[in-house]
Amino acid sequence: MKRALFSNIWLPVALLLPQLAIIAVFFYWPAGYAVQSSFYLQDPFGFGSSFVGLGNYQNLFRNSEYLKIANFTVWFTAIVTFFSLAIALVLAVKADRVIRGAKTYRTLLMWVYAVAPPVAGFIAVIMFNQSWGPLTEFFALFGYRFQVGVNFNDTAFAMILTSIWKQVPVNFIFFLSGLQSIPRSVREAALIDNRSASGRFWTVTFPLLAPTGFFLLIINITYALFDTFGIVDTVVKGEPGNNPMTLVYKVYVDGFRGNDLGGSSAQSVVLMALVLALTFVQFRLVERRIHYT
Amino acid sequence: MKRLILSAATGLTMMSTAAVAQTEIAFWHAMGGALGETVNQIAEDFNASQGDYVITPVFKGTYEETLTAGIAAFRAGEQPNILQVFDAGAATVIAAQGATVPVQDLMEANGVNFDIEDYISGVRYFYADSDGKMIGMPFNSSSPIMYYNVQALEAAGVTPPVTWEEFQDVTAPALVEAGYIPLAQSHLPWIFTENFFSRHNLPFATNNNGYDGLDTEILVNNPAIRAHFTALTDWQERGFFEWYGTGWGDNQTPFEEGKVAIWLGSSGSFGGLSKLDLPFDFSAGFLPYWEAVTTAPTQTFIGGASLFAMAGKSDAENAATAAFFEYLTSPEVQYMWHRETGYVPITTAAYDMAKADGHYDRFPAAEVGIQQLSLPSGDNTRGYRMGFYVQIRDVMNREYGRILTGETSVEDAFNAIETEANELLSRFAQTQG
Repeated sequence: MKRALFSNIWLPVALLLPQLAIIAVFFYWPAGYAVQSSFYLQDPFGFGSSFVGLGNYQNLFRNSEYLKIANFTVWFTAIVTFFSLAIALVLAVKADRVIRGAKTYRTLLMWVYAVAPPVAGFIAVIMFNQSWGPLTEFFALFGYRFQVGVNFNDTAFAMILTSIWKQVPVNFIFFLSGLQSIPRSVREAALIDNRSASGRFWTVTFPLLAPTGFFLLIINITYALFDTFGIVDTVVKGEPGNNPMTLVYKVYVDGFRGNDLGGSSAQSVVLMALVLALTFVQFRLVERRIHYT
Repeated sequence: MKRLILSAATGLTMMSTAAVAQTEIAFWHAMGGALGETVNQIAEDFNASQGDYVITPVFKGTYEETLTAGIAAFRAGEQPNILQVFDAGAATVIAAQGATVPVQDLMEANGVNFDIEDYISGVRYFYADSDGKMIGMPFNSSSPIMYYNVQALEAAGVTPPVTWEEFQDVTAPALVEAGYIPLAQSHLPWIFTENFFSRHNLPFATNNNGYDGLDTEILVNNPAIRAHFTALTDWQERGFFEWYGTGWGDNQTPFEEGKVAIWLGSSGSFGGLSKLDLPFDFSAGFLPYWEAVTTAPTQTFIGGASLFAMAGKSDAENAATAAFFEYLTSPEVQYMWHRETGYVPITTAAYDMAKADGHYDRFPAAEVGIQQLSLPSGDNTRGYRMGFYVQIRDVMNREYGRILTGETSVEDAFNAIETEANELLSRFAQTQG
């Protein structure tokens, strides 16, 4: 294959410049500022500050609460990612087979996609209201007193359930279009080779969906780590108390609520490193095993 | 076309004349809903009462969001003239000298009569510096009081408890018998910690509760409060007390529904409660105290928020701010604010006006907050000043939640609060370095 090259360096640079400028202003500059602030303890109004070196980081890693939150975040992300993908895949495979009323069915499944995370959180708050929430009453039927905001696990359950519910439609849309792009001839050939539906799914359909799945895996991990902020905030009603929270919510609680700029900057830098590491692992290790057609 | 330009020019001239004549100032606050409407009303009335100044109130979200917005604006040089800051955020603002103009200086510089003695005693020094100079103007001041369901107490054949011993031995068992959950409360750090210390006149922090320096250590790990939380867990088991989480409303709702007989909330909740169509009559009393700890209970701290005049404004704008503060503290406005919202009137003159008008004959419960703030004071009742206090409250909420869900012991929880709070305090001291 012949590669097309620019004859001089300046044209591509000029073409990239607007994009680079945006990244510089909205990412590198604030990120650099966060790294700098993480070495200081500073007065929120900007009058005084002390250089503390790695103090803010040491403070994080010997704080057992921070480690607990990190631990919760890992579990939360794993569960939300797994179930959002698994449920969406099942729904997509089933929806792919529906012939009559297919459009209505698909539209209904995609609907939730339009709900913003804080609204999803608010719906959870209503569904799990301690005195009259329908889901609270449902659990009461089994003699279980479900208390969001009181019981750590109940609150975590509400957050996880809402986050999954909110994310399934996105994954559904991608899986469905992925399924529909599998050539008919391949499916028909598979039908002749393998009688069992699940056998066909695992040997033919699933590997062909892998590129979509890999893309969605990244999207979902990022979603669970960061975009669930609105859900967490609404479910805990802005008062973390003894409720579970994710790392990104902790950055907000300490930085924006508590005005501890140095401490929350250090937390942001840790998150940034985490995302870099995650991206590296995903592209270096996982992507090698996936074949794009 | 010519005519259009002419009229546009006239319009501009008129606008600029107006701008020269009137000084505009901005007021950022955290008063949502009905409270926000009352704030807007006060601003409108102020604008109508004179022709020199125009104030624009802007709702900026919760207390925390308002403070953060104010700080960000200050750093960008876009700060409002007046910023509402809540009790827990006061240390941050007051420590940043140069961020605000002390109210007392502002008033005196603009020739407004100012005497700190005009303010009722519980309100006077909370937002003052260690020399007693008022830095922030107390605005919406409240105190935690005890609301009760009149019919529930009648059904149980008891009177509102004065002490926690009475509650434990008499009130609570009778209320349980009558089919009620006896007690709920809405804010563990505020009601059962800060005001626990002030009600029993116990020191809450070193350095005169933190007013006298930055190297303050919290004294929260006190046997009296540990005993109180041990009692709470015991009451929980016996069905005397129920905790519905850290959210304020989650704890207030069961009281409004008539399930909970006694609810500890804010004196500022009075306005909201009286506007509801409750299925019972409610009244209020002082926050109970432990007779085992003190036989001479003292006043409580004010909660709520105060108004700070931000620095870096022109003299003309500062004059407008001073004029608004003067208007705001006038007895008529204070009485209106008190009547509409339930927040306490901050001056003696306003309190007297409410009394003379017969407000408390009509609504006896409306007077409880101010009476409680006017109880005898003690060495430790003036207030507290601790940096990063918003996070300290978060730590308290977290540990208290764990106590009440059985995840930790009272002992461990208070050790954790003490350690983490002291770390936060020393970190805050470093931010001022």
